[in-house]
Amino acid sequence: MKKVFSRPESMTKKPFHYCPGCDHGVIHRLIAEVIDELEVKDHTIGVAPVGCSVFAYDYFDFDFNQAAHGRAPAVATGIKRVRPGSIVFTYQGDGDLAAIGTAEIIHAANRGENITVVFVNNAIYGMTGGQMAPTSLIGMKTQTSPYGRDAATAGYPIHMSEIIATLESPVYVTRVTINSTANLMKTKKALYNAFKLQKEGKGFAFVEVVATCPTNWGKKPTDSHKWLTENMLPVFPLGTFKDTQGVEKA
Amino acid sequence: MAEKVLMKGNEAIGEAAVLAGCRYYFGYPITPQSELPAYLAKRLPEVDGVFVQAESEVAAINMVYGAGSAGARVMTSSSSPGMSLKQEGVSYIAGAEIPCLLVNVVRGGPGLGNIAPAQSDYWQATRGGGHGDYRTLVLAPNSVQEMADMTIAGFEFADRFRNPVLLLSDGVLGQMMEPVTLPDPVDYEVNSKKWALGYNGKDKGERNLCSSIFLDVDELEEHNWHLYQKYQVMTDLFSTGEYKDFAVEEHLCEDAEIILVGYGIISRILKTVVEKCRKRGIKAGMVRPKVLWPYPTHVFERLAKTASQFLVVEMSCGQMVEDVKLSVNGKKPVYFFGRTGGTIPSDFEILNEVDKLVRPD
Repeated sequence: MKKVFSRPESMTKKPFHYCPGCDHGVIHRLIAEVIDELEVKDHTIGVAPVGCSVFAYDYFDFDFNQAAHGRAPAVATGIKRVRPGSIVFTYQGDGDLAAIGTAEIIHAANRGENITVVFVNNAIYGMTGGQMAPTSLIGMKTQTSPYGRDAATAGYPIHMSEIIATLESPVYVTRVTINSTANLMKTKKALYNAFKLQKEGKGFAFVEVVATCPTNWGKKPTDSHKWLTENMLPVFPLGTFKDTQGVEKA
Repeated sequence: MAEKVLMKGNEAIGEAAVLAGCRYYFGYPITPQSELPAYLAKRLPEVDGVFVQAESEVAAINMVYGAGSAGARVMTSSSSPGMSLKQEGVSYIAGAEIPCLLVNVVRGGPGLGNIAPAQSDYWQATRGGGHGDYRTLVLAPNSVQEMADMTIAGFEFADRFRNPVLLLSDGVLGQMMEPVTLPDPVDYEVNSKKWALGYNGKDKGERNLCSSIFLDVDELEEHNWHLYQKYQVMTDLFSTGEYKDFAVEEHLCEDAEIILVGYGIISRILKTVVEKCRKRGIKAGMVRPKVLWPYPTHVFERLAKTASQFLVVEMSCGQMVEDVKLSVNGKKPVYFFGRTGGTIPSDFEILNEVDKLVRPD
């Protein structure tokens, strides 16, 4: 019998600790598939954030640094400057990247560090138990916005892709999601583009994945992608905001 | 051996770092250490090195964490308020056991304080500074020559112990010019640390991880005891072992009745005070800790048997005096004299304090 589906070589055999219906596992797998396809596993270095994916290094079968909250792009800068031939990426959530680590991500992007950033935006702090994130929707009820996010006191959801696309240096900025098979394939292509650009030394690439958090959204896994589609995508429209190398046309 | 050159202390650190094989500097501007990044911004590109002006001290120390994780000899420098910001990263670096050199050209605090020289970061330097059960090796030079020598020693110690090393300087040492003999350059190979990220030697294990997280309580306890044992080894090496003489300078202590204690720039003044005391028939001596952690407790234990009193002089309201008291352990009285806020005590002031102690009437 022919084997048509197996674990990517870039993944370890460790079972995911993620909640049922959480998108992290699928996104991890897509990254691993891309690393395999680009044949860069032996010189890839990941940087794990603080958040639900703090243990990302358990699941990827290559070198990893575990960074402080929000600091992954600075750590990745240090690693990449020392080992410019390596493939270096950060994997960060919305609290990590869009709140405490805003300075680090903006400036790593602005310096045009030749790294790849995977930004998983599920509009909530997962690991700490469901607090309001900078990307939480207006009216969204969380542990720290029990009456719903109020723009008057908590501002509006931050659009990181759009902000980063305003900078000169980044070569590729895109927002994707995995709410359907078609979109999942698009997400994989976006990740492939982002890592390929790094492999070719083209510069800073940023892939935002709009994702679920069934546990802290208080939704069934099956309802979460529906909620994401109906509520998150109107606020965080999918699309490519910057593609200076024309990778999507290639 | 190279010839003698006239250099500012801050520049001497920069050149010594290059000679030690450091090719990576990450920092954020702050007075009074600006000559160091300015020197390296010019010098590092000449040796294919990397200089990055980070967006903040927080980012700078995390770049150091990354570069150190990747196996490089790497450094950052700052002054007091900036060092406070760096403490988060220092804690991670200590937890993950990443070698690096940190330089604090201390200025007056707390808060924004001022830009004048001070020694009021002693507690932050020697007590960890950041969160958790960890230690930083702290070196305290008192001349431009020592700023160069201790920079090179600092990188060696950092690699040997897989630990951050802090060079504790101040605004005077950083700014003053003195002749310095620079040592021969060291050949450092980035791909020499088996544990480092991206290490690709043939003897590489499965995969390398640089991390300070141990969620399981038993694992973290084991890790913390592992760090503790490393700190004990360091303590032994700097008290009775091979770095015994590196750790401390004693001056005319054998017959001394009063021992003056000070580190860094203060020790230069104390030496003058000791000479003046001797001329006046006062048997004074000086102890200068060159390593502030691990503290040279053994010297004080010995001198507590022969001297009758100790006077600790600092440019703070009294921080190192606590370590002297712990070391003397109540066997003899320990007194303190300090100036703070960026003021440097004069030899006359200190002499006056000695007079009061030696001739109480």
